[in-house]
Amino acid sequence: MRYLPLTDADRSAMLEKIGAPDVDALFVDVPEAARLSGPIEGLPMHASEMAVEKHMRRLSKKNLAAADAAFFLGAGAYRHHVPASVDHIIQRGEFLTAYTPYQPEIAQGTLQMLFEFQTQVARLYGCAVANASMYDGSTACWEAVAMAGRVTRKKRVVLSGALHPHYSEVVKTMAKFTEDEIAHARPALQAQPDNDGLIARIDDQTSCVVVQYPDILGRLPDLQQIADAAHEKGALLIVVNTEPVALGAIKSPGEQGADIVVGEGQSIGVGLQFGGPYLGLFAVRDPKHVRQMPGRLCGETVDAEGKRGFVLTLSTREQHIRREKATSNICTNSGLCALAFSVHMTLLGEKGLRRLAMENHRLACHAADRLAKVPGVSVLNDSFFNEFTVRLGQDARKVVRKLADRGILGGVSLGRLYPDNEELADGLLVAVTETTTEEDVETLASALEEVLA
Amino acid sequence: MNAPNQSGWKPGTPVQDHNAMSGPDTVTGNRALMLEEPLLFEIGHVETTGVDLPEPSGATTRLGGMERAAAIGLPGLSEPETVRHYTRLSRQNYAIDLGLFPLGSCTMKHNPRLNEKVARMPGFADVHPLQPVQTVPGALEVINELAHWLIELTGMHGVAMSPKAGAHGELCGILCIRAALEARGDARKVVLVPESAHGTNPATAAFAGYEVEDIPATPEGRVDLEALKARLGPDVAAVMITNPNTCGLFERDMKAISDAVHAAGGFVYCDGANFNAIVGKVRPGDLGVDAMHINLHKTFSTPHGGGGPGSGPVVLSEALSPFGPLPFTARTTDGVVHLVEEENAADYGHVQAFGRMTAFHGQMGMFTRALTYILSHGADGLKQVAEDAVLNANYILRSLEDVLDAPFGPSGPCMHEALFSDDGFAEGLSTLDLAKALIDEGYHPMTMYFPLVVHGAMLVEPTETESKAALDQFIMALRSVAERAKAGDETMKTAPHYAPRRRLDETQAARKPVLAWNDPNMA
Repeated sequence: MRYLPLTDADRSAMLEKIGAPDVDALFVDVPEAARLSGPIEGLPMHASEMAVEKHMRRLSKKNLAAADAAFFLGAGAYRHHVPASVDHIIQRGEFLTAYTPYQPEIAQGTLQMLFEFQTQVARLYGCAVANASMYDGSTACWEAVAMAGRVTRKKRVVLSGALHPHYSEVVKTMAKFTEDEIAHARPALQAQPDNDGLIARIDDQTSCVVVQYPDILGRLPDLQQIADAAHEKGALLIVVNTEPVALGAIKSPGEQGADIVVGEGQSIGVGLQFGGPYLGLFAVRDPKHVRQMPGRLCGETVDAEGKRGFVLTLSTREQHIRREKATSNICTNSGLCALAFSVHMTLLGEKGLRRLAMENHRLACHAADRLAKVPGVSVLNDSFFNEFTVRLGQDARKVVRKLADRGILGGVSLGRLYPDNEELADGLLVAVTETTTEEDVETLASALEEVLA
Repeated sequence: MNAPNQSGWKPGTPVQDHNAMSGPDTVTGNRALMLEEPLLFEIGHVETTGVDLPEPSGATTRLGGMERAAAIGLPGLSEPETVRHYTRLSRQNYAIDLGLFPLGSCTMKHNPRLNEKVARMPGFADVHPLQPVQTVPGALEVINELAHWLIELTGMHGVAMSPKAGAHGELCGILCIRAALEARGDARKVVLVPESAHGTNPATAAFAGYEVEDIPATPEGRVDLEALKARLGPDVAAVMITNPNTCGLFERDMKAISDAVHAAGGFVYCDGANFNAIVGKVRPGDLGVDAMHINLHKTFSTPHGGGGPGSGPVVLSEALSPFGPLPFTARTTDGVVHLVEEENAADYGHVQAFGRMTAFHGQMGMFTRALTYILSHGADGLKQVAEDAVLNANYILRSLEDVLDAPFGPSGPCMHEALFSDDGFAEGLSTLDLAKALIDEGYHPMTMYFPLVVHGAMLVEPTETESKAALDQFIMALRSVAERAKAGDETMKTAPHYAPRRRLDETQAARKPVLAWNDPNMA
């Protein structure tokens, strides 16, 4: 077996040193009755690299890869071009096969990268401090809600109806156990987000208001107005962003008064990967909230010779020190995805990020205009970044499947996201990035003309 | 003709003239291949970019008045500068690719590169989680095939694949237990956790709204069955056990523990962090476990990546399976794999799910790697993994117990990790000093000060992917630093001496936190 270096001669010599007659003697504490007598049922014996690769390639080929289709899916996961050097760097063994940097003297590579990553995220979000990452956007969103409860000592959570439904579901799932009360409405298919309705639901018992920006329908709510209303009632504003590229074109949540900004970082550097691993981003605007943050934090310090160095810090918040009193049970985060994000962001720089954002927006505007010309299609949004909602006048789930039969991945139907809401059933989310060509847009528009006819 | 090696030199040969080692200071601060690297913010510029993108056209935007005016402050680098920046940083890291990484409870084994290649196949890497299911049958098959083998390897009934890491899986398991109890109208309040448990266990139980109480241990390092039985009662929701436990020992009484907990109406959660020791040898399901998370990044070799991403599927007993979170995959009798989400849960009878733990379906990139690993090893290879992991740990235990105190050495063989204490170290020298001295010998230290039940604990987990030669060299190095610790070698207090950094001031880092770069010129 190619991954196991011991030879039979090694094993015999080692057993002799140990003083055991055979390897079974080392498993003496496992009750005889529970020990497996034979191999795991049905599992073949070990296989060559070539054979396993062949099997996996067969499974891979059964899927329609985004690159092989006109592709318009978003709803929390976006397809962007990732420069080749990103994947090269994350495959360097010193990054790929390192552990969490508990021994800072021999982990400065990971630690300095995390410090740079934290700074990049904080600046992108308009915040003071970002942590070293969370599992993904949806879990970061829940952790923000939990943190708001710790900060305000209040239990009522107001979720915007236009928060990604998976994110709402995660919050609701967790809140059942922490006994937070969740106020949540379904989104209505309107050109503008319903800020007034949201603000009306904030009361003195509210710990936080959670708003997605751009929201699930692609609209851009004015956050300042919500921040002011929340702060007046002593609540925190949590802003969720699932498309960080947008922040190259639109105002940061922090500059509009958001207290906690969380999001999905997958767009930058990580790739689609059928939903994971992704990258949770988490930042706070006011440094006074740092000690209530979940997750790992990397900080600057000096070594015994006075040289600058980095360490994981403020770990008294964390489970391995605080155990049942920890701010979160999180242990592993998304270190390698944070590296991919940071490398990609370094390659882009501010100039590249702004250009990337404007190119996404330009193509999205083009797509919205073209689709609006398809009979039966209307564009919902007044404003959007690179994703918008169209209404098809019929069940969008069925349309999406018909498009898929033609090799077109035409978007995410609202019926997939809100299965029990008939009012949303004709809605389709269409995302457009720099990877989308004008030809792709034409392919989708022509196919829609046929399918909707 | 090849001349023989005349010098007789090989690694480990003592250096004759120490003075020859120290040279003059350098103006760069570099030491040949030891290269210092500035921060991105000190070398990058906001006007520099390493990606070719078109200039914005200046066309009207539809951003609803939200256009960004303010500078962001994100410096960029060209591609060559970027590659160099991160390559230089990478060389300041220790990694499994460089050497033995004996971090107890973390299972730092070799990460096969075939797994990386497979995860990057376009049909896995370049598919969207919300694609119509008709376009992703292969992805669903991967999830289902992995789910199947995880169930078979653990002897359980079902598996929730979506948890993102071990601690997330723990939470999933405990939430399943709570949902099952609530379904029968049983409001139990207490979760029992051994003192030796990973910190995530009590943190998880507390998060799920439970009071956490300690389970006492016997002097030989196992759960005290009689004391546990005495504590069980109608208020105990669950017992969280790690098996093999964090002292590196198999809980012999596991079945009796499970039976007692079940008889008292509670559930058994098993922390599966140490599954590497028993994969293919014994199945937790046969020992009465109700829920166990599996760290794919430990037993199934997906890379740790400097702190994630992990993946923590949770295998569940028949009693808990109906409560597993959405989404999951199910294979129907016609052999077709289905993705069960909110919209079709009722069609598959999965109506008691406690909710959703994450957007999308879990760590697909880790599933492809873990499945590749399982198929590469096969039934014979996985059993050999456990046997070699345990053999390597026992070899270390018995090779060093004459020089390092092994508190549970007399209890019998260890499983996949060997536990030592600082008993016998000279006054003033600690486990930390030994760990830092081990860095100078070219090793990542073992897990230190954990489990908490042993003074100055050192938990050594070599894994099965080390050769005997690698183990022998590690044993020699650890023996040497242990002897120095016992002899009171003061130079250990200032170790490491040869790492990219000397000891870092963690107190200052926590007292005056600097968590982001602030340009000194802008302050």
